[in-house]
Amino acid sequence: MTDRADVKGRIFGLIDQFNKKGIEVSEETRFAQDLEWDSLTVLDFVAEVEDEFDILITMNQQAEIENVGQLVDAVAGMVK
Amino acid sequence: MTDLFTKFDDLIKTREDLLSTGVTDPFNLVMEKVLSPTVAICNGRETILLGTYNYMGMTFDPDVIQAGKDALDNFGSGTTGSRVLNGTYAGHKACEEALRDFYDMDGAMVFSTGYLANLGVISTLAGKDDYIILDIDSHASIYDGCAMGNANVIPFRHNDIEALEKRLKRLPEDAGKLVILEGVYSMLGDVAPLDKMVPLAKKYGAMVLVDEAHSMGFIGENGRGVCEAQGVIDDVDFIIGTFSKSVGTVGGFCVSNHPKFEILRLVSRPYVFTASLPPSVVATAATSIGKLKHAKAKRDHLWENSKRLHGGLKKLGFQLGTEDPQSAIIAVIMPDLEKGAAMWEALLNEGLYVNLARPPATPANMTLLRCSLCALHSDEQVGEILGMFERAGRATGCID
Repeated sequence: MTDRADVKGRIFGLIDQFNKKGIEVSEETRFAQDLEWDSLTVLDFVAEVEDEFDILITMNQQAEIENVGQLVDAVAGMVK
Repeated sequence: MTDLFTKFDDLIKTREDLLSTGVTDPFNLVMEKVLSPTVAICNGRETILLGTYNYMGMTFDPDVIQAGKDALDNFGSGTTGSRVLNGTYAGHKACEEALRDFYDMDGAMVFSTGYLANLGVISTLAGKDDYIILDIDSHASIYDGCAMGNANVIPFRHNDIEALEKRLKRLPEDAGKLVILEGVYSMLGDVAPLDKMVPLAKKYGAMVLVDEAHSMGFIGENGRGVCEAQGVIDDVDFIIGTFSKSVGTVGGFCVSNHPKFEILRLVSRPYVFTASLPPSVVATAATSIGKLKHAKAKRDHLWENSKRLHGGLKKLGFQLGTEDPQSAIIAVIMPDLEKGAAMWEALLNEGLYVNLARPPATPANMTLLRCSLCALHSDEQVGEILGMFERAGRATGCID
């Protein structure tokens, strides 16, 4: 059983590893604009999230996800 | 009114900033005369061509040119029609026959460009509920084919076998799956570990498409590409290729042994809804492909050129895209766009043309000077090229 709070905690932990600029992260934080991640960083981060939860996030799904909260929702929906 | 061009403002500014330094526009070069596959006149000056993808130097082959002239005389300048209506001439069938023979495969379809071949095959094979697993560094035409077909697209880290397997493992067992790989990746000139990746894809029930645009004619015993060189060609479901590199003209194709392959002719929109290649083009392509089959001596010389240029540039202190020479592409990594443009211009002034490649076409935001060798570059020319790189590199501070 994985609840949203658990998913959120684990995702924040993963973001930490890639948050080289030490930007403060909330659910409203946007990956491209606020964290300033380039496409290669996004690829590696998505791979980490996929491995952590044993899921697949397609490019089509990625295109819909702009901020941290949306990613938590999407992942929580997939691991249920 | 919202100006729809506003979205390009950043790019317009980057371009203006670059050109304001006084550097020659690297994306606006004109070949005033072309003397051979390796020499042209640019800005009134004789220039060695080292960025043309003309790997096998077929563009001035006398048999190829004669075939084109004959076809112009006998069939006219163009077909003015789709392959499925009035646009299939004897020459198109002969060209497909040449491909079947070259690859020793049952099916061959000729498209109007290599871009359209990827678009036409990928978008038609993988639809809304299917999955495409592809290398993140795949060519734009592959991505566009994926988008057009609306399939679920899952990228994996470049040439990473483990990353590919992890994703294959998680796919629904009964879903349609297509793994898309390239033999040679054109930006860095590196080769894919197809001998590992193709069997993996098969193990997880995926079909495999390999784009061999940059290896046809050169890599592999018979020039069939990296999947031949690595011994997995029989497990590849579709090979995509182009006539605009080793073949020396324009056009694209797909070859396959799939028993239902022919139906693609009726359902692939980029095949149906565009005009077919002119008769002269398919005639030159068919003649060139026939000659590439027996071009072992040229393949050997091209490998020699690639090894020598790679070793020479490395020795001069340039940072290269691959540790060792893996293809006919050698990518010289530049520190940034400004330095890259300066080096590109210095080389042009020396009398050498290479490709300047920059983001977003390049991986990891790199600026590259991409060199593609030709089997017809002489030993003397390769020596001259190294001298030009040395002088331009020192003048621009790219090497010590």
